Amino acid sequence: MINKPERQLTINPVVASELPNPSVHRIHDSRRTLMRTILLVLVGVTALTMPSLIPHGLNLWAAFGNFAENLKIMFVTPRTGNDTWQVLWVALAQSISLAFLTTVIGSIVAFFFALMGSHKLSPSWLVYTVQSVMAFIRAIPTILWVLIYSVALGLGANAAVIGLTFHSVAYLTKVYADSIDDLSGDSLSSLSAIGVGFWPIVTQAVIPETMPNLLSWTFIRFEINFTNAVAVGAAAGAGGIGYQLYMASGFYFDFHEVGLIVYMLLLFAVILEIISYMLRNKVIKQH
Amino acid sequence: MEMKVSNKTFAAKRLKITGIIVLLALIYLVCSLILNFQTSSFLSVQTGLIWLAKNFIPNSQSIQYWQDIAYQLFRTFLVAVSSTTVAAGGALFLAILGAKNTALNRNASWIIRGFASLLRNIPIVGWAMILLFSFKQNDFTGFLALFFLSLGFLTRAFMETIEDFGSEKIQALQATGANYLQVVFQAVLPEVATALISWILYMIENNIRDATLVGLLTGTGIGFLFDLYFKSLRYGAAGLVVTAIIILVVAIELVSNYIERCIQ
Repeated sequence: MINKPERQLTINPVVASELPNPSVHRIHDSRRTLMRTILLVLVGVTALTMPSLIPHGLNLWAAFGNFAENLKIMFVTPRTGNDTWQVLWVALAQSISLAFLTTVIGSIVAFFFALMGSHKLSPSWLVYTVQSVMAFIRAIPTILWVLIYSVALGLGANAAVIGLTFHSVAYLTKVYADSIDDLSGDSLSSLSAIGVGFWPIVTQAVIPETMPNLLSWTFIRFEINFTNAVAVGAAAGAGGIGYQLYMASGFYFDFHEVGLIVYMLLLFAVILEIISYMLRNKVIKQH
Repeated sequence: MEMKVSNKTFAAKRLKITGIIVLLALIYLVCSLILNFQTSSFLSVQTGLIWLAKNFIPNSQSIQYWQDIAYQLFRTFLVAVSSTTVAAGGALFLAILGAKNTALNRNASWIIRGFASLLRNIPIVGWAMILLFSFKQNDFTGFLALFFLSLGFLTRAFMETIEDFGSEKIQALQATGANYLQVVFQAVLPEVATALISWILYMIENNIRDATLVGLLTGTGIGFLFDLYFKSLRYGAAGLVVTAIIILVVAIELVSNYIERCIQ
């Protein structure tokens, strides 16, 4: 299952009786015009951009041939190069740890911000403040947060964890708050009407009701954080499997090792897919 | 009697929750050890923010870089849009052949699924580094990296959207004598068009964020500019780059939210 982070897609079924007369429908349908315009603009921009993207002085066919050759080396003959198996497994474990830590810390912090960022539980001035700050943090790419912290705190695991956590908190606050907002308002307001305090409402009503949603978002964020952990290792030198990947391809030009690392990443991706499949089945069974 | 049963279930539930928390705490500790991470370093979160506020505010000196930044931002935007559009074309084709209800061949459907999953699961860093070797340092490398990842993601997303269309309607249409192409182009595509466009808009947003990372790795676009200013300690200019990225990302988000509200 692919989830669209931040905004979930809903498709409303079209009821036949709601459809206007087809001939009128066609002429006055501004939606159709808008969609055509969007597609036309996208295709137009692409058509104008493509010629300027193709680099001068680079034989494209040769480059594609070279690319295919490299892919063949990677996927057919993967093997360890400068690094031993042990180094690579430790690096993979580091990336997974980075993803796990940032997800756990991020989800705990984000939960409290989500309580402040939900219209159901907080006054609107607080909601708008929290949501705007989070939107601001989200707009800065994750990698830049890590780079900024690696200068402020010094290069290392601490900077990587804090930098990645920033983005996780901002993302999870948004999706958690949306999940809480999706709760039916009646039950919450009737609870507070009979005098149930804020924290009992949170622990007895909000958490049990939203748990499946929160868990599935947290798991999606874990997958994103793993990708980010790999990226951070490569672009900010924060260690982990991404750093090994960067060294193997950028410095040693060893495509055998790049292939091996890609296989390791794919293996972990498959394991994650299986876990998420099992989690989803379990959650669906319980609810 | 009944009371006792429910007490027992509550106790079991509490035990289970405690167990999960202890397990998570243990994993947390192991992960901290593997990474050599100190949780107490979170006490210095404000150090980074203060540093950011002190150094990253664009000053009068950094304004001179404005033109370079605006140009590279524009290029990054173009690369994100065109890679998404080209990928969307390919993904639509693959998704129609791969979705269970519109697939012509079951085996082809599985091959497309596997192919999309392979493309998606190679991280963007992997794509960038592999492509950099063959296509050298230019915008085209960034375009291809974003293209491959978007192709994998959009194929999967489009496929699920088409599968939501269901096979009953298709069978009903075929019963009236509609052929395959008519079913696809007259029934399936018009109905899923809204959802597909909303996925495309989402992908463009996402690609703009990723373009920064790709640029950093491949030495192109806005990511390269940030890296250049950051490493040469021109923090004011680097702050200007970040400001420009924020403006672009927020603008794209607002526009795509507006469009989605209009077409839904």
